[in-house]
Amino acid sequence: MFTIVRDLIRYNIEFAIGLLILLLLIGAVVLSFFSPYPAADIYVVPPDMPPDAEFWLGTTSRGQDTFWQLMIGLRNTLGFGVGVAFLSRILSLVVGLTAGYAGGRTDRVLMAINDSIMVIPQFPILVLFYFVLKDNMNWLMLVLILSALGWSYDARLIRSIAMSLRTRPFTMQSVYSGMSMRKILVEEHLPYVMPIVFATTMNNMIWSIGMEITLSVLGFTDVDTPTMGQMIYWANSHSALISGIWWWVAAPVGAIVILFVGLFLLSMSMNEYIDPRSRLNRMGN
Amino acid sequence: MQTEALLHTPKAASEPILAVENLKAYYTTKAFGIDRDIRAVDDISLTIAKGEIYGVAGESSSGKTSLIKTIVGAIRPPLHVVGGSVCFNFEGQAYNIYDLGPDELQTIRWRHLSYIMQGSMNVLNPVRRIKHSFFDFAFAHMGLDRATFWDKVREHLRRLDLDPGVLDSYPHQLSGGMRQRTTIALATVCTPEFIVADEPTTALDVIVQRDVLTMLRDIQRDLGSSFLFVTHDMSVHATVSDRIGIVYAGRLVEEADTPTLFRGARHPYTQHLVASLPKIGDATRRASLSGRPPSLADPPAGCRFHPRCPLAMDICSKQVPPLNPLAPRHRVACFAVSGATS
Amino acid sequence: MSLLLDIDHVGKTFLQGGLLSRRSIEAVKDISLQIEVERPEILSVVGESGSGKSTLAAMVLGQQLPTRGRVLFDGVDVASIRSRADRCAFMAKVQPVLQNPFEAFNPLKRVDRYLFATAANFMTANGKPTRQEIEARVDRVLVEVGLTLAEVRGRFPHELSGGQLQRTAIARALIPEPRLLVADEPVSMVDASLRMSIVNLFGALRDRLGLSIIYITHDLATAYYISDRIIIMRKGEVVERGDARTVLDNPQHPYSIALKNAVLTPDFA
Repeated sequence: MFTIVRDLIRYNIEFAIGLLILLLLIGAVVLSFFSPYPAADIYVVPPDMPPDAEFWLGTTSRGQDTFWQLMIGLRNTLGFGVGVAFLSRILSLVVGLTAGYAGGRTDRVLMAINDSIMVIPQFPILVLFYFVLKDNMNWLMLVLILSALGWSYDARLIRSIAMSLRTRPFTMQSVYSGMSMRKILVEEHLPYVMPIVFATTMNNMIWSIGMEITLSVLGFTDVDTPTMGQMIYWANSHSALISGIWWWVAAPVGAIVILFVGLFLLSMSMNEYIDPRSRLNRMGN
Repeated sequence: MQTEALLHTPKAASEPILAVENLKAYYTTKAFGIDRDIRAVDDISLTIAKGEIYGVAGESSSGKTSLIKTIVGAIRPPLHVVGGSVCFNFEGQAYNIYDLGPDELQTIRWRHLSYIMQGSMNVLNPVRRIKHSFFDFAFAHMGLDRATFWDKVREHLRRLDLDPGVLDSYPHQLSGGMRQRTTIALATVCTPEFIVADEPTTALDVIVQRDVLTMLRDIQRDLGSSFLFVTHDMSVHATVSDRIGIVYAGRLVEEADTPTLFRGARHPYTQHLVASLPKIGDATRRASLSGRPPSLADPPAGCRFHPRCPLAMDICSKQVPPLNPLAPRHRVACFAVSGATS
Repeated sequence: MSLLLDIDHVGKTFLQGGLLSRRSIEAVKDISLQIEVERPEILSVVGESGSGKSTLAAMVLGQQLPTRGRVLFDGVDVASIRSRADRCAFMAKVQPVLQNPFEAFNPLKRVDRYLFATAANFMTANGKPTRQEIEARVDRVLVEVGLTLAEVRGRFPHELSGGQLQRTAIARALIPEPRLLVADEPVSMVDASLRMSIVNLFGALRDRLGLSIIYITHDLATAYYISDRIIIMRKGEVVERGDARTVLDNPQHPYSIALKNAVLTPDFA
């Protein structure tokens, strides 16, 4: 693992830039814990101050320091993306590997569920959840809902790999070595799908963070947890752009762009790394 | 079945159609910080006479496929030629493969050279009738009008004992053996002077294999073509090749006429290959070599066979044995045979 | 006379195609075959591609269930094996040797992993085996095939030759002390200079351990060299069977004769 990261940094400029951005974002997350003001408090600083030496990114019309709002927002947004990616990866791995290996009826049942989720229109469902849950719709609930919606495509991808792995002779060797199905899936097949899991993690984060921002901007989420989308929501509701408070909108939008570029670069370099031709050249023989 | 029945007397050393001199071709790969030089073809010299079937034998990853790719100029990075020359002689004119431009090479490939690849039966387009494949591949190169072209194709198929009706079938309607014979017919319809065949019978069943080999023999007899025939299977070589070159780890270690090679091989590796062939009707115990074929990325110094060789001497691990003529048309690269002084 | 393996009028039909154009293909038609407990032997199954020899092997290994007839191993119908415990008991007695040794080991994993896993999973007669017991058994079977644990320990598949890997695969199959090996084209992917060492090993295992081996091949010459009995299959049927040397020296069925005549014999002596 360490050598993979080292090689990627050394020979893949996209990965190096992506990793740098990710480290900056992690820095922001760490920094957010040192915020001098609680995230939800308003009118703690003079409102509508443009960026200067004291308030690096200015202050909002609600009397909050934009810089610290941004740091806390980044933490929540990133945590959101990681949470959704983690939970949905587990779901897609379990479903994909099991369906591909077991085949037969297990495969048909799992894929019926999988395909049903695939064809559900996601955005209307999320809005519907908001109207049903109202005040119960918090950050964690949204993580769970998006995880339940975000695994199906990748489960199909993993299943197709698992199906070909099942017919590989080494699977038969493992079966006749007395290994259980769980052991074969986790120890023999999982290493083959891990690169794809990593690459889809980035895509999944881009998707889930985008979804969260869309919902927040429209006010269809819990607007009291500061996230990137929630910042834009409050800026809009105070007509920040019209009244010239541009930094209130520019900060979250800029941060989102940087975050997406970073994730995209990582996903791209990861894809190149797992490309079989590139892998063959690295292995030799 | 007697092998001699299929074998011609090898033609006396007439003028060579192909002369390969000191050919070296390496795979150079660079990926994520790992640089590798794989010496797939390492200093190989050989000549092939007109009308001769020259067999190349070697184990998996001994470099035999790289050798023929280099000879026909079909190399792509990371494989590249490091030194040496490949010179063909077609109709009295010399062509040095690596001095030609891409257009000239293309013309030569169709007019004079033909390459039957491993698993070549897959070149037939599965969703089109076979006649389309013939038309697409060959029409432009033969310079004939349509009627004459099809007459010529039919005549060629009949000559190879194939029913011209195959032209109207789809590839999946033919058996594996028929498909392979059809692709060989396709590869030879322009009556090339030099045909390269890479493991053309490896995936085939024994009965079909026999048919295909007979067909290749017929082509050689009827068209007078020269062959470079590559397979790992020594019994196939015994059946079709006039002369055999044994490749071990990227180098030619022995070369002789087929009967000489099977009766009196001198290189210990060849001797082992010949002796270990099992035969029906002979259940005497066959010995096996110890060790493993070396990796081309990190071959042993000196003679590459020395770690497995029963005759290994001091010098074998230090110097590379030259491929010395032992008798007319018999060359061996072994210090134990040709003496350490040379 | 007790039977180790009793293949009793077995047939296998595959369904092919979709709902509208379903065809059935008879891969194996009514084959019977017995191996006796007291007479360990190498039984060659010879035929061309599509002759049903690999399907027959899959049925002996319990990987495919016959559509007609029964495969009895030690008196137990292979089709009746359901629970994991029964399945393990069966696998302890019948083990496969696969065609391509480079594909038979996971290229991302060390090869000794399969040896240790097999030992840990099958040496359960006296409870869970200790680390020393496992290592001792693995070393013993490796010596049996002409290797040592030191040569194999910690190696990845690409670090070993085809011959070494195939020996390791055979060693792994020997760990549960099976009574029958099913080897499907075990030498077709092994280099010529190493091939005979594997074939010779099969003979040695039969003689030393009293192991029966079903040797599936298209190569008549090695079948003649090593096997005791032979069956020649064509299109799912046995066309000729009997003592290997007798059959191949003097084949009777037209197909066997054609097959023998097609074998290329390098005869220059």
